[in-house]
Amino acid sequence: MLFSENFKIAIRALRANKLRSVLTMLGIVIGVATVVALLSIGKGATASITSSIQSNGSNLLTVSPGRQQTGPGANGSQQASYLYYSDYQLLQRSLLKDVAAIVPSYQSAYLVNYGDESFSVKVTGVTKDYQETNSYDVAAGRFISDGDNKSESRVAVLGSQTAQDLFGGLNPVGKTISVKGVKFEVVGVLASKGSSGFGSSDDAVFIPLETGYNKLFGSTATYNDKKIVNSISVSVSTTEAMDTVSAQIEFLIRRAHKLTSSDELDFNVLSQSDLLSTLTSVTQTLTVFLGAIAGISLLVGGIGIMNIMLVSVTERTKEIGLRKAVGATKNQILTQFLIETVTLSLVGGIIGILFGIGMAALVTLSGALTAVITADSILLAFTFALAIGVFFGLYPAFRAANLHPMEALRYE
Amino acid sequence: MIQTDNLTKIYQMGESEVRALDGASFTIEKGEMVAIMGPSGSGKSTLMSIIGCLDVPTSGSYVLDDVSVENMDETKLAETRGRKIGFVFQQFNLLARTSALENVMLPLTYAGFSGKERHDRAMKALERVGLSDRTDHAPSELSGGQQQRVAIARALVNEPAILLADEPTGALDSKTGVEIMELFQSLYSDHGQTVILVTHDSYVARHTNRIIKLSDGRIVSDEVNKNPIKAGTPRVEE
Repeated sequence: MLFSENFKIAIRALRANKLRSVLTMLGIVIGVATVVALLSIGKGATASITSSIQSNGSNLLTVSPGRQQTGPGANGSQQASYLYYSDYQLLQRSLLKDVAAIVPSYQSAYLVNYGDESFSVKVTGVTKDYQETNSYDVAAGRFISDGDNKSESRVAVLGSQTAQDLFGGLNPVGKTISVKGVKFEVVGVLASKGSSGFGSSDDAVFIPLETGYNKLFGSTATYNDKKIVNSISVSVSTTEAMDTVSAQIEFLIRRAHKLTSSDELDFNVLSQSDLLSTLTSVTQTLTVFLGAIAGISLLVGGIGIMNIMLVSVTERTKEIGLRKAVGATKNQILTQFLIETVTLSLVGGIIGILFGIGMAALVTLSGALTAVITADSILLAFTFALAIGVFFGLYPAFRAANLHPMEALRYE
Repeated sequence: MIQTDNLTKIYQMGESEVRALDGASFTIEKGEMVAIMGPSGSGKSTLMSIIGCLDVPTSGSYVLDDVSVENMDETKLAETRGRKIGFVFQQFNLLARTSALENVMLPLTYAGFSGKERHDRAMKALERVGLSDRTDHAPSELSGGQQQRVAIARALVNEPAILLADEPTGALDSKTGVEIMELFQSLYSDHGQTVILVTHDSYVARHTNRIIKLSDGRIVSDEVNKNPIKAGTPRVEE
């Protein structure tokens, strides 16, 4: 017997109980839609994190304070650790080979005013090379210069979002803003870098680091009378030299912090690729975790299908008996019922994929992040739905196929 | 056409054995019209299911159309049913929400006929039972008699060796029952169709040319009925 005949029989049987078929499918629809939507959102998050990190330049090493959480050694007895301005000066003095630039930075959030407009913005004290190591373009005016740092001048460069917030469409260059009451002259505006996975890098104010220490940050930027920095960025000239430079930095700061060889480091040296792989593995774990939850709902949907098919086999015992009496073989009955479940789960799967794409599109529209719908995730969801149809359809189909024709005909 | 020897069927009911059929031997020739008669529990349903290849005997032999049936596997049995047996049931057993034509085409579908041949053969079968004007009607749109005609057309569509009818008039009023009996008689007399009627009703049985009586799983009489009732004559009890 032809497949199309069996398919027709299956469709007719499903249409005979429309509401029941739709409700049965719903489990698969929801499961598949969640799988597709979650995978798309996960992919989107990964992509946005990757692009934002790559926009910072790939030959960048970031030194930041804090113990590395590695293994069981990382216990609760942690104390605050700091990176000092003196560490920066040490690196600046000692590292020459293969290093293009070293940039210390200290940042803190302040209320920034212009006229009546007032926003809480991350204010970062930097040196001239920050612009290059972090791949910023200047849209108007100029960036912080060495001269600004030497003379501790009160100048500021605004991120594009901050400029938009404070000045609307006006050109901020030459205007004076106030940060925690301290007046700064805006000398430049940066071009937009676009939003990244974690906070916009366009929502920022940059000032000369020396100015910050002496006129703005105050005592919060010192520890034991030593000036502290949040991070030191080291731009390495070639990718090949990354490991060597990283090891040198570790050696130098370890010595400066008077750590013995058995002590854990109280700072981290991370490359952009380290950061990328860490964040990517986090989002991937999350995606897999959420996908597994969605998978469970698919499983529940499958059990729903099996349940309904078992009811259907019982209800149609007489019909099965008749089909057998007029010559249907075991295999033909098996195929007929299997096609019914597979049709249910496939139609449910296709509707679910459409819903999932719709949900992903809604997330994109909401602006939280750009969901990336890949053929992989659709294929995965589709295959999963199909597998569930076959898996949960087999038992009811076997039940139907194994009915004794005479007993089935007599069934009331 | 049918040769059985010492057919026995034993059902296991928990601890006890039930001998539904206890050594039935008989032969039915091609073109005969036979009634298998007996009260309920006499084993006639069991006999019918074995003759109809719905079940195999526990022991004994059954040769249908020169082919031995008793050792066939399930798939072979299904194919034999589809090709050689046409069933008519008391409750018609038509598929709901399915047109008369498609109901009649069902056995052809399983036998693997092409779409056009299925259609043509089913139309012919419906013509033979006088329903060529009702082909598109679903069972719910047909009277009981018409539904049984559709069922008979379905039984005839594969040109079976045996038309096997189980209480075919049991669910019909007497007037319609008579029409159905007329149809069986004409299939027998005009087309030489082998017909086996399974019934508990001696009036129905006496429409045939030979009556096999069963009791407690055994054949108690097997007699030629010289003057079969012509369908339509008033009912007279024995």
